[in-house]
Amino acid sequence: MPEALSSVDLAAAIRAHALRMVTRAKASHVGGALSMADLLAVLYSGILRHRPELPDWPERDRFLLSKGHSCTGVYATLALRGFFPEAELETYGRDGSRLMAHISHKVPGVEFSTGSLGHGLPFGLGKALAAQRDRQSWRVFTLLSDGELDEGSNWEAILLAPQHRLDNLVALIDYNKIQSLGSVAEVAELHPLADKFRAFRWAVREVDGHDHAAIRSALETVPWEPGRPSCLIAHTTKGRGVDFMQDQLAWHYKSPDATQLTEALRQLGCPG
Amino acid sequence: MRTAFIQELIRQARIHPRIFLVVGDLGYSVVEPFAKEFPERFLNAGVAEQNMTSLAAGLASEGWHVFTYSIANFPTLRCLEQIRNDVCYHRLPVTVVAVGAGLAYGNLGFSHHGIHDIAALRPLPHLALFSPADPGETFEAVRWLAENPGPSYLRLGKAGEKTLHTIPGSVLGPIQVLNPGAPSTVAFASTGSMLSVAMEAAERLSSQGQPVTVFSCSRLKPADRETYAALWKYRKIVTFEEHVLAGGFGSLLRELAPDGTLIRSLTVPEALTSVVGSQEYLRTQAGLTIEQALQAVESFPS
Repeated sequence: MPEALSSVDLAAAIRAHALRMVTRAKASHVGGALSMADLLAVLYSGILRHRPELPDWPERDRFLLSKGHSCTGVYATLALRGFFPEAELETYGRDGSRLMAHISHKVPGVEFSTGSLGHGLPFGLGKALAAQRDRQSWRVFTLLSDGELDEGSNWEAILLAPQHRLDNLVALIDYNKIQSLGSVAEVAELHPLADKFRAFRWAVREVDGHDHAAIRSALETVPWEPGRPSCLIAHTTKGRGVDFMQDQLAWHYKSPDATQLTEALRQLGCPG
Repeated sequence: MRTAFIQELIRQARIHPRIFLVVGDLGYSVVEPFAKEFPERFLNAGVAEQNMTSLAAGLASEGWHVFTYSIANFPTLRCLEQIRNDVCYHRLPVTVVAVGAGLAYGNLGFSHHGIHDIAALRPLPHLALFSPADPGETFEAVRWLAENPGPSYLRLGKAGEKTLHTIPGSVLGPIQVLNPGAPSTVAFASTGSMLSVAMEAAERLSSQGQPVTVFSCSRLKPADRETYAALWKYRKIVTFEEHVLAGGFGSLLRELAPDGTLIRSLTVPEALTSVVGSQEYLRTQAGLTIEQALQAVESFPS
């Protein structure tokens, strides 16, 4: 049964599915799917209130993937948690499939389509505002990449959320330090990122984005400060779990060949 | 028109409890009555139109009908992708409201000339587009939008426009606002506040023995050939708009008109961009005048 998977096993299964999907579809962006797999695994293991059999359950927490190009990780998570059959993952990227190569709200469990960066957090702010004005207790979790923090629209939302005391809004940053054409440090340095969010009046914590206990401990206790939105900066490794992909910019683009897939799955302990 | 807008929005908000107004730090002396009566259904998003539009979509995804309000190109072109992806693709009830359409804020310069908005927004899926001519049409458009929540755009003038007609009619199609009383082969079709020029030009022509029928076309989308069926009885049509030709109202009618329809358009030339002046002055500079309308009619082959 899917629910029986521990978060660690879930993370491994998410990575394995993501690798198989991009290999089959000859798609890009596997590096960022691997870097955020542990965040997804913990979120969907007791943090997010959700009902796979009832994706639109009104009291669910809303999860938004702003880095829509990493959709394989979320599709895999949702399938493994029972939102739709795992077998459908095989259709990823195929003609006519609803599993688009940027995340699609036509898929059960997906709230919002993205693909252009800098949309998830402002949209999530609107949802958090709706919950506040309607006096609902559900929360909004938005997962962003580090590179997309170049987008000005994010900073518009980061500025406005504390103004309205939206402590039901959580931003998770998959801080793998590599963006599309180079390292974050080379392109538009974000460091010191935590200080930036603190200066904008957010409550901020930093964790090892692959340490499940640390992620869980942080997310179990949001909001960390009443009246302030929460930002979890997850220090991650692009391509995490596959040694020849780790920290390699090229795996923002490349898709594995059959040999590489076999080796990657072996390293993850998910052969076959 | 902005006064008519806020008056009708307040009326509709009393009827429809899920109407929400988000402004982009604009609307001084306009939006305050709404904010006062519905503080829980009002937000100033600050000078940040991309965030304003996305958060409006987020609110709308939770059952609110959100009106975003700002000036000229700020709530449209500045955040075009947010309208396209977040609002239209997800088919969410967000009504984008821009005041100062066309050359209404002419003396404020190129940044404030709303002359590309129809072209930018008309291709977007599911979007309803209204460009009323006067306060009366604005009332009607706001009422329809409140009763039909969906992705939509309301293009308004500024304040103090005169009532141009009191013809009861659906703003969903062309309203015949001037009937020359004699059979005519020429029709004037106008969108937005250019209706005043169209009506004056038609009155002059009619008094000279050349009858012209005038239509005000408030809704530009959804629109198909059937929507404008009333126009196709005329073989010669002159269009009026404060917008460039490409992608605007005259362009729309060319897409929809039956073969054989002759169309002349009074539009804002692209080269006008560096000129500043009052709305009247800029209309003259742009050739959006009674004289140009008369010349357009003369240019039709007999």
